Amino acid sequence: MSTSATSPLSVPPRAATRPPVLEIGGLCVDYGVGDGAVRALHDVDLTLRRGEVLGLAGESGSGKSTLAYAVTRLLSPPGVITGGDVRYHPRAGDPVDVLAMTPRELRAFRWQEVSIVFQGAMNSLNPVHTVRTQLTDVLRAHRPQMSRAERAGRARELLSLVGISPDRLGAYPHQLSGGMRQRVMIAMALALEPEVVVMDEPTTALDVVMQRQILRQLVRLREELDFSVVFITHDISLLIEFSDRIAIMYGGRVVEQAGAAEIYRDPRHPYSHGLLHSFPALHGPRRELTGIPGSPPDLRAMPSGCAFHPRCPKAFEPCGVRTPHLAPVTDPGTGADTDTDTGRSVACWLNDDRRDGEA
Amino acid sequence: MSEERSEEHAAPPPGAAPDTAPGPGPGTAPDGRVVLEAEEVSKHFPVRRGVHALLGGERRAVHAVDDVSLRLRRGSVTALVGESGSGKSTVARLLAQLHPATAGEIRLDGRPVRAGRGRAFRAYCRHVQLIFQDPFASLNPVHTVRYHLTRALRIHGRAGSGAAELEKALAALLERVQLTPASRYLDAFPHELSGGQRQRVAIARAMAAGPRVLLADEPVSMLDVSIRLGVLNLLRDLKERLDLAILYITHDIASARYFADETLVMYAGRMVEGGDSETVTQHPAHPYTRLLLASAPDPDRVTGGSGDGAAGGDGGNGGKGADPSASEPPSLISPPAGCRFHPRCPLAMERCRDRTPPRFELDGGQWAACWLYDTSQDAPAAGAGRGAAS
Repeated sequence: MSTSATSPLSVPPRAATRPPVLEIGGLCVDYGVGDGAVRALHDVDLTLRRGEVLGLAGESGSGKSTLAYAVTRLLSPPGVITGGDVRYHPRAGDPVDVLAMTPRELRAFRWQEVSIVFQGAMNSLNPVHTVRTQLTDVLRAHRPQMSRAERAGRARELLSLVGISPDRLGAYPHQLSGGMRQRVMIAMALALEPEVVVMDEPTTALDVVMQRQILRQLVRLREELDFSVVFITHDISLLIEFSDRIAIMYGGRVVEQAGAAEIYRDPRHPYSHGLLHSFPALHGPRRELTGIPGSPPDLRAMPSGCAFHPRCPKAFEPCGVRTPHLAPVTDPGTGADTDTDTGRSVACWLNDDRRDGEA
Repeated sequence: MSEERSEEHAAPPPGAAPDTAPGPGPGTAPDGRVVLEAEEVSKHFPVRRGVHALLGGERRAVHAVDDVSLRLRRGSVTALVGESGSGKSTVARLLAQLHPATAGEIRLDGRPVRAGRGRAFRAYCRHVQLIFQDPFASLNPVHTVRYHLTRALRIHGRAGSGAAELEKALAALLERVQLTPASRYLDAFPHELSGGQRQRVAIARAMAAGPRVLLADEPVSMLDVSIRLGVLNLLRDLKERLDLAILYITHDIASARYFADETLVMYAGRMVEGGDSETVTQHPAHPYTRLLLASAPDPDRVTGGSGDGAAGGDGGNGGKGADPSASEPPSLISPPAGCRFHPRCPLAMERCRDRTPPRFELDGGQWAACWLYDTSQDAPAAGAGRGAAS
């Protein structure tokens, strides 16, 4: 598609006009079965469009990593996908249902179409193998027709892609700095030129200078290779800078979804508002900040109604009883048309215009 | 103001340091509010000797901290900012007397301390307490909150006599860290508490000693974003009510601006800049501080006016050679000569490569260890002398 590969990351050329690449609908995930089951994801609807960076923000326990694992079908046993669907749209051909894939199809799908950079990627490298072995392993598995020399060449190419000198191919992970290990993980995720890269807190363990360096590289790679990114982090100020759209999760639900600048300028959900006001600003007046009172909810004992209502400064009578669902926002500033396009939506009773029929 | 407690002072262990006369205090009139200070403290960790060393190589050491001086004042928060590996935690451990310093002096109320272990160390702990980064690791999972706090109170002789007084002291501690009602938390195990509550328990345990100095080593970086500010505001409240001196170690310069009165920036084991937090963050002098600030996530950069284009251009340009962030911090085993930042510094000059810059005083109490601020062009030695004397 004409996703204009040269445009900078932060200015999506009408993100709304791009076709979707990954559609998540009504996804539910439980940990455990029967009475002891804990619901980690409730009816999550999300759409990732081709070539965009979708930020996924939330606190620990909000379900962001669970979502990433569910989408790639990597959930390990206590986790069960209990409902919903995940549709992947290949560049050519009909959409496929990821959740219905056979193990064989799944094996071809993973890494080839959707790859993942794991949380704590710094420690995800095997310490007893060289970078070369680990990078070529992917190619050996997915591209059996490649010759040894071709694989080595591709590995060298991948390393230089992420700004590491190819002569480090023979290095073991412990010989690399944290930032370099992180970049090796990113190189590995890009080895098969996937359409979607899921990044689960890829830079959390790094300090800010290295973080920015890696993100910059990511922006450049995304322009060159034209893939879509799901970027998971708890650092919403980072997302505002680096993503096109942001979905904010709380207690296993997406509570707000909007363009990055829109969320920053005008958060609609009180939780988004609280999250944005939990980061001290670098510039401007120094103001007293409070964070959000209380603690994140316990998944074993979720509050009734809106999961955020015990901590919400604006909670009112329906909040404790009925659960609000994601509904489009009517924004007088931009008009209804834009809203439906960018999919700006919020799950809060304060946004009550269209709440009838939602509960 | 601190006389009433001087009898329980951390006296140097007998025989360890015979001449403890606070001799060289070049004209520094003792500021009454300074509780704890470090003067030109260095810490080198020996590198384990491998085969090469045994075959006659020189003995190598990690220069974790070199020539660090800082002062902690009562009722004031001093932030120490730097990336991982810059030596900030080592500074906290030196101040807590968990490591002996290789060189330099640490003074409590103007008196040099070198608390070893045992009684002298415990007496020192009564004044200076350390809070660790990870409340999941710093509390013992098999003990209740009551056990953790009682133990700290008993050790520091503040448990009172009898069960009723102990109970009262425990309740007061928990109330001080805003964990109320105390009965709900006293018999809880750490795993029953959230991260923020655990860190509050860790703070309460530190407060059990009745310290005058709190060394907080990244106290909020392991916590959820929405509760970080609650813990920082609690520390600020404690500081104000109890007139504590707090050292706040962080890699998040925006939170230093929010929380700290004074900010010091460390790079590769050396202090590079210091001053009033607002000045340091708004008018950074040292090129490293500027890099740090430019790297910090800042939503305003994108949403503010034409920021979009700028940020995009930044990401798009391929000329990464001139980018100071493209290289990495140096090895501390063989740190670069001269200014340790010079290999990454876009403004590096000839002398940065071989001479270590002293502190140069700037306006408003700000200082920077950078040759850019050497005003006496032809006689840098004079400038150095001036910087060192202050």
